[in-house]
Amino acid sequence: MPLGPPGASRRISSSNNMSSASTQFASPRKMGIFEPNHQIGMWGDSFKADSSQNTGASSIVEAEIRLHNRLEDSPRTTLGPSKKYDQEANKPADKVLRRLAQNREAARKSRLRKKAYVQQLESSRLKLAQIEQQLDQAKQQGVYIGGNLGESTLGLSGSVNSGVTAFEMEYGHWVEEQNRQTSELRAALQAHVSDIELRMLVESALSHYDNLFRIKAIAAKSDVFYLMSGMWKTAAERFFLWIGGFRPSELLKVLSPQLDPLTEQQVIAVGNLQQSSQQAEDALSQGMDKLQQNLAETLTSDSSGTSAVSDYMGQMVNAMGKLEALVSFVNQADHLRQQTLQQMYKILTVRQAARGLLALGDYFQRLRALSSLWAARPREPA
Amino acid sequence: MDKVTKLASQRAVVVFSRSSCCFCYSVKSLFHELGVNAAVHELDEDPRGAEMERALVKLLGRRSPVPAVFIGGKLVGSTDRIMTLHLGGNLVPLLRDAGALWL
Repeated sequence: MPLGPPGASRRISSSNNMSSASTQFASPRKMGIFEPNHQIGMWGDSFKADSSQNTGASSIVEAEIRLHNRLEDSPRTTLGPSKKYDQEANKPADKVLRRLAQNREAARKSRLRKKAYVQQLESSRLKLAQIEQQLDQAKQQGVYIGGNLGESTLGLSGSVNSGVTAFEMEYGHWVEEQNRQTSELRAALQAHVSDIELRMLVESALSHYDNLFRIKAIAAKSDVFYLMSGMWKTAAERFFLWIGGFRPSELLKVLSPQLDPLTEQQVIAVGNLQQSSQQAEDALSQGMDKLQQNLAETLTSDSSGTSAVSDYMGQMVNAMGKLEALVSFVNQADHLRQQTLQQMYKILTVRQAARGLLALGDYFQRLRALSSLWAARPREPA
Repeated sequence: MDKVTKLASQRAVVVFSRSSCCFCYSVKSLFHELGVNAAVHELDEDPRGAEMERALVKLLGRRSPVPAVFIGGKLVGSTDRIMTLHLGGNLVPLLRDAGALWL
């Protein structure tokens, strides 16, 4: 609810157009200059939790705080407004005084709101630090908190699965190392290093991918649904998710343009690999569809009423058995990814492989960057 | 075991499967895509299925022996192996040699 009659301030600063309805801030002189009043008004609305992750949002918050500080200055300098008031000599003095008082009141309330907001920020920060500490402790102890039929959630919301947290940590390191290797490949290619050195880089990049598949296999045993959800990846990467990871055929599409010039033999081999990986992918997808179908059938088969409970139990046992197959599918999909990389390495020269791996590293990095940008994008005020 | 080898040599491509097994479905799907007419034996629907399954477990050395693929009467392996072969471009020649494909 706006403080002080909006109309009053408008009349004083006669030439200013007030497009915003919320005129809580005192100085009429300043009002026309700073048009994002609506943004400042949003402070009252709480600090959205996810903005702590986005540098974009927090810098907006900082800007808002700075903006408000500037606005704050004006009520204290009472000389400012009164100069303006002198020009309007026809207004009765008491009206002017009343308006001054209202403006001061508005400014005071605004300062109080700001104070409350900052306090809220501070306590949220403390809470966050506390929670992070608890999480670290839990990870160190490998604690499995809460545990029921394999229900697992991420991070702070509910039970913490140690296999999942271990994987998240390892994956974080994996990404860092990948980025490092990608930069190294780029530098090496630009510096025209020898084939021997390139081969070392290529082979360590490939074995790095092997590491990924290895930790994923362990995570799959721990919580296959988590892996399949792709929550461990960034949002844009998740868009491309296929059975817990990237599609082998997509990998080839990213690599191929980078490999020219290819010999005729290579062109044929790459073409064959594209075709066979697509076929293998399709076969696995079909299997997954069948699994979904089977599972749905298992859960919807109607019990004929007489022994409903045992039917239900039977259904569940049956369904549980089917879910085990999911682990195999994820493993097989990873196997496909690994094989595609290995085959490409066999077909290509070392230099081509290096360029291909660089392209792949860049591609995933860009997808991650896109996810961050998207998360930090300016949104319409609620 | 005899039954297994007998069935395995009856056709160019023989797949021992279980009707509920989705992995088996993937392998069958792949062969279908390649234009291969594989002979499929569903162990859960065969009266001697349990016996054959035991034999396959011994052959493959793993708990779940399906899908078990035989090409040209010889054991090739399970899903893993088939996928590796195919990506390496070695499955199709194998199929051709066994007479399962004519292109």
